[in-house]
Amino acid sequence: MENEETLGEGRQKLVLQLFVSGMSPKSMEAIENARRIFDESCSEFFELEIIDLYKNPEAALSHHVVFTPSLVKSLPLPKKILIGNLADSEKVIKALGITFK
Amino acid sequence: MYSFPILYMQEISSLAKVSTGIEGLDEVTGGGFPEGRPILICGSAGCGKTLFGIQFLVKGILEQNEPGVFVSFDETAADLTANTSSLGFDLDKLSGEGKLRVDYIRIERSEIEETGEYDLEGLFIRLNYAIEAIGAKRIVLDTLESLFSGMENEGLLRAEIRRLFKWLKDKGITTIITGERGVNTLTRQGLEEYISDCVILLDFRVVDQIATRRLRIVKYRGSTHGTNEYPFLIDENGVSVIPITSLKLDYGTSSELISTGLKPLDALFKKGGFYEGSSTLITGTAGTAKTILAGYFALGSCLRNERVLIFSFEEAPEQTIRNLLTIGIDLRPYIESNLLQIHASRPTLYGLEMHLLNVNKLLTEFNPKTVIVDPISSLVSVGSPVEVKAMLVRLIDTLKTRRINALFTCLMSHTGIAAGDQGTIEAVSSLADNWLFLENGLVSGKRQRSLLIVKSRGMEHYNDSVNFTISSAGINFAASSIPTKSNSAHGK
Repeated sequence: MENEETLGEGRQKLVLQLFVSGMSPKSMEAIENARRIFDESCSEFFELEIIDLYKNPEAALSHHVVFTPSLVKSLPLPKKILIGNLADSEKVIKALGITFK
Repeated sequence: MYSFPILYMQEISSLAKVSTGIEGLDEVTGGGFPEGRPILICGSAGCGKTLFGIQFLVKGILEQNEPGVFVSFDETAADLTANTSSLGFDLDKLSGEGKLRVDYIRIERSEIEETGEYDLEGLFIRLNYAIEAIGAKRIVLDTLESLFSGMENEGLLRAEIRRLFKWLKDKGITTIITGERGVNTLTRQGLEEYISDCVILLDFRVVDQIATRRLRIVKYRGSTHGTNEYPFLIDENGVSVIPITSLKLDYGTSSELISTGLKPLDALFKKGGFYEGSSTLITGTAGTAKTILAGYFALGSCLRNERVLIFSFEEAPEQTIRNLLTIGIDLRPYIESNLLQIHASRPTLYGLEMHLLNVNKLLTEFNPKTVIVDPISSLVSVGSPVEVKAMLVRLIDTLKTRRINALFTCLMSHTGIAAGDQGTIEAVSSLADNWLFLENGLVSGKRQRSLLIVKSRGMEHYNDSVNFTISSAGINFAASSIPTKSNSAHGK
C-alpha cells in the first residue's frame, strides 16, 4: 500500500480514528474492514485508533460524531469523516485520497 | 399570569402536561406540552422556532426546576448565547449552574462520505451523556433535519430517527424537535409522520406591509386544544402567545359605582356614575371634547388611587398632558407616581394582533383598574372592518374579564358616519355598557356643545341632551340643563 501523493516518504502520516458503538454488528464490521484496509504491515503510513463511544462518550463531543461507525481522518487536512461499516473499500480509499499501486 | 375564559381550558383527559414556559401557550394547549413526549415545532426560516425551544428550556429551569439540554445543529453555543441574551436569557449562567447544557453538533456535509451501513448511535450516546450529566427532563433538537442534508441513505436515517423518538419517549424526556417548513409538507423531511403527539406550526407573514407571527396547533393527541391561529409576539421578554378568547359571557358583574370623574356628569346617572368594570363609548365628531372627557375619567380613577392605562393613537403623551392642563386637568403628579401610564403609538406601527398583544402584556405588567383607548377609530386604518371588529370585540372582552373600567373614544366624520367607522361603532356600541354622544351644534352662529347619554345599561339616566361649555376651569354644564329634583327626567 503506497501512494506518492500522501503516503510517500517525508509525507504526513494519516491520522485516523475509528469511532464505534460497543460490540454492535456494524461496529465489528467496521473494525474488521478498517484492519483489512489499513494493514499492520504498513503502519508507518498511518495511525489508527479505535474508540468505543460507550466507554468514552466525551470523544463524540470533541469530534462531532453523530453517525456510527465513523472513521475520522484528522490529518492530513482536509478533515474527512467516513461513516458506515467501511464495506466499500474503494470508496474509503478514494475518500481518504490514497491510491494502491 | 392572567386567565382567559377559554372553553377548552376544562381539560378532560388525564394526560400529564408540562408548562411550555411560553406565556399564553399553556392556555391554548390546555395545560402545556405532553410530558415525556416529543413535540414538533415547525415553520419557515425566521419564524421563531429556536426561540420557542430556548424559552421552553430556560423557563423549565427557572420555573419548574427541570434541567434541559439544547442540541443545536445550526448555531454554536456562543452564537446561541449571544442571540438570546437580548431576550433576557442568560444561558452562560444556567450552564454554569449545571442546569442547562448547550451541545453544538457540527455536521459538515462536504467532510462526510458514506461507506456502508451506519446508525445514529453516536448521537444517542451524546444525548445520553448530556442528559445524565445534568439530569435533564427537557431536550430541544434544533434542527434535527440538518442530519439529512445530502445524505444518500435516507431510509436508514428515517428508521434511526424513529428509533430516536421512541428512545426519548422511553426515557420520559419532553423533547422539542424543530423542523423547517417543506413545500407540501410541514417539515422538509416529513418528520410530522413520526411525531404523533403534538405538532405546532409557526407562521410569519406580511399582509399589507404589516408583519404578524401566528401559531397553530396542528395536532395534539389525547388532548383538547385551541384550533385557531393564535398571534404571538417576540420581544425583549421572549415569546408570548395570545389566545383569542372564545367569547363566553361569564364575567363577574359589579353593582359598585365609580365616578365619571366629572361631578355634573355623574349627576346625569341616577345612581351617580358608571358601574364598576363597565365599558363606556364616547362618540363625536372632531373637536367635541372626547379626549377631555377621557381626561376626566383618568383623573377620577387617579383620585380613587386606582391605576390608569391610556393608549393614545393620535397624540404624544406630553401633548395629551399639556392639552388637558389648559382646562385644569393636571395628570402630571400621577404620571410621576406611576399611577398613570400613557402609551402612545401609531396605529400602523404593527398589525392589529400585535396591538392586542401589546395591550394584554401591559395589562399584565401594569395591572390597571382603568383603561382608556383614544381613539379606538384609529385602529380602523390597520385592518379590514371585519378584522378590526373582531379585534375590538376581543379587546373589550379581555377588559371585561379583568373587570377593568374601560373607556373608548371614537371619532365620527362631519358628514355623518363614515363607512369605515360604521363597523367600529357598531362593534363597540353593542359591547359597550354606556354610550355618550357628543355634538357641536350651531345656535344663531354660536357653538353649542352638547352631550347625550345614548344608553347606560342597568341604570336610569337623564334622557335629554345636556349643553356644556369648556373653559380654563374645565367642562361646565349649562345650569338650565343640569337635572334637578324638579326637572329630572330619568329613564332607562
